[in-house]
Amino acid sequence: MSSDILRLATAGSVDDGKSTLIGRLLYDSKSILSDQMEAVERTSRDRGEEQTNLALLTDGLRAEREQGITIDVAYRYFATPRRTFIMADTPGHVQYTRNMVTGASTSDLAIILVDARNGLTEQSRRHAFLATLLQVPHLVLAVNKMDLVDYSQERFEEIKAEFEEFAAKLDVLDLTFVPISALHGDNVVDRSLNMPWYDGPSLLHHLEHVHIASDRNLIDARFPVQFVVRPHRADDPELHDYRGYAGQVSGGVLKPGDEVMHLPSGLTTRIAAIDTADGPLDEAFPPMSVTLRLEDDIDISRGDMLCRPNNQPVVSQDVEAMVCWMAEARNLVPRMKLAIKHTTRSARAMVRDLHYRIDVNSLHRDEEATQLGLNDIGRVGLRVTQPLFADEYRRNRLTGGFILVDEGTNTTVGAGMIVRAS
Amino acid sequence: MEQALAGYRLSQLDILEAEAIFIMREVAAEFERPVLLFSGGKDSIVMLRLAEKAFWPAPVPFPVLHVDTGHNFDEVIEFRDRRVAGSGVRLEVASVQDQIDRGLVTEPTGRWASRNRLQTSALLEAIETHGFDAAFGGARRDEEKSRAKERVLSFRDEFGQWDPKGQRPELWNVYNTRITRGEHIRAFPLSNWTELDVWGYIAREELELPSIYFAHERRVFERDGILLADNPFVTRGPDEEVFTASVRYRTVGDMSCTGAVRSTATTLDDIMAEIAATRVTERGQTRADDRSSEAAMEDRKREGYF
Ligand SMILES: Nc1nc2c(ncn2[C@@H]2O[C@H](COP(=O)(O)OP(=O)(O)O)[C@@H](O)[C@H]2O)c(=O)[nH]1
Repeated sequence: MSSDILRLATAGSVDDGKSTLIGRLLYDSKSILSDQMEAVERTSRDRGEEQTNLALLTDGLRAEREQGITIDVAYRYFATPRRTFIMADTPGHVQYTRNMVTGASTSDLAIILVDARNGLTEQSRRHAFLATLLQVPHLVLAVNKMDLVDYSQERFEEIKAEFEEFAAKLDVLDLTFVPISALHGDNVVDRSLNMPWYDGPSLLHHLEHVHIASDRNLIDARFPVQFVVRPHRADDPELHDYRGYAGQVSGGVLKPGDEVMHLPSGLTTRIAAIDTADGPLDEAFPPMSVTLRLEDDIDISRGDMLCRPNNQPVVSQDVEAMVCWMAEARNLVPRMKLAIKHTTRSARAMVRDLHYRIDVNSLHRDEEATQLGLNDIGRVGLRVTQPLFADEYRRNRLTGGFILVDEGTNTTVGAGMIVRAS
Repeated sequence: MEQALAGYRLSQLDILEAEAIFIMREVAAEFERPVLLFSGGKDSIVMLRLAEKAFWPAPVPFPVLHVDTGHNFDEVIEFRDRRVAGSGVRLEVASVQDQIDRGLVTEPTGRWASRNRLQTSALLEAIETHGFDAAFGGARRDEEKSRAKERVLSFRDEFGQWDPKGQRPELWNVYNTRITRGEHIRAFPLSNWTELDVWGYIAREELELPSIYFAHERRVFERDGILLADNPFVTRGPDEEVFTASVRYRTVGDMSCTGAVRSTATTLDDIMAEIAATRVTERGQTRADDRSSEAAMEDRKREGYF
């Protein structure tokens, strides 16, 4: 059986041991190669550290090395015979909410690290909130530095209970707790002998076995048209009239013969064939990239959507969304105009209202808020120049998420998750 | 339900391929003049194959660009021309030698002289003169530390510079493709691939490679633990003795700084077995230019290197 891919994000406050944990996962899964290890050993020595500092393995850019902190999302790769892992290593500082949001947006699973001595902090609560806001399907609370609390079951249970109470307020889909010591390796790859009271899997075992196949939406057929394939080959009679619609399946299962509806026209037709360079397919599902041919000639272009007549997204120019604001230079304020990109569709949007800003630590809604600053999250109403084909983000992350772009600087300034379209 | 769903599985290579094709289509749809950087190396061979698949049955809707240091392995140039002809894409060449001749850059000298760094200038000039607004590169995030933070669509200012601290957040598969005139983006469809994935894909797709990737006898000498081919572009020191060894290359590049590894691997399976067992990264083992300083790669990337 071939392996699959698990995308995960890690979050923790400074010094909770995130770099050490990642270093340990990379090291113990034999993903660290000798020259990387040598560089780390050398740097550890130069800094006068007595032990090789596994945390150095994940230190990326020079600026960060100099400041001794992680400031941007970095991606790491490791594999076991069962799975390949793509890990978004997201920094935990208050000011870097946007990095966590970025890393979580593509993740199947998020690991939130806490220091067993400190228990839950404001930051751990924020990380949990962000992971659930982004609808990461699986959450793991890794209670680290268990060695510093004498591997105490009591302490672990205390933190677990506290987190469960908090999580009850959130939309957590699947939650797992693992007591670990990243430094010594307890319960990271192998079950720890120091914590016989813990009968769950090691962290890596959980990562290898957690079931993610059904996290995709295989119910609501969604095919955002990305590119119209027209060979324009006068010499080849077969290709002369070829017209295919290329894209990535964003939901549901498509089969030749299926009746589909085109949006925005509302016209219906059937799938004539699902083409790929390797031959036609009997079915296509997320995240496959395919090219559809349809039975009827309909005027279809990039940004359009194919769905089913009896299962359509909401077609609307008005969307309500949770927006994470990511711009340093400008705040989000009502009446602001921005570029929006949702699936393969680009348009302009105006901020109609800001309903509230959410305090990511207390989850309190501030309805008096008049703007969103960097790393703020709030509920926003947008009016879009063209209809979007929108699903609730909870139902489908690919057809429910969008980005906002500053039209002056072209930078990405917001991430939106659709709550409701009407 | 669980049972039924279990059927909708894709292998790791299928997932990576679908993602890469999505990225290529997105760039082709949203930019006016994309170009695919093609060195004849394994990553660019995978890229060209993915491009052919992404737009099939239409031809690849952009040309390929080779940034030619002039210090090439003959086998690679021969392969490049044959592969490009087979695909029907247009080949553009940006020549480092030409830039030296015109006095735009100066040939570095010394024991570690290499034209690698000069590729940046030739690449940026080609991007400017052709008006390319997007350049596909085959870089992978597993290659080295500073790449680990690079976006799939990586923004470059009008000087071709990368600003690692000012990167655009990249969410879901919604890529921000907006730029203004004179700026461009580098697109990395293989961002999430590892070296083994690339080899696995080459095997699965039965892609042809330049012969230097397989073990062969070559006249080499050793410099700082790296085996370099005895070739006209490097000056050997008196202590650097030439000998014949069975070697292969893990990357193709400038002959003056691309090292070979001892190997008897003559098939893809042999190579994958060797790589799975190797304990040294691709760059650490075979790129002399990355070892000059730990931050060497990051510095070059800021300047616009690929
Ligand atoms: N005793 C103990 N120390 C740890 C553990 N994990 C990390 N540390 C130490 O905690 C400090 C911060 O760890 P680091 O991985 O750099 O934290 P980060 O800021 O979250 O990346 C370092 O001195 C680590 O050696 C653990 O499980 N037990």
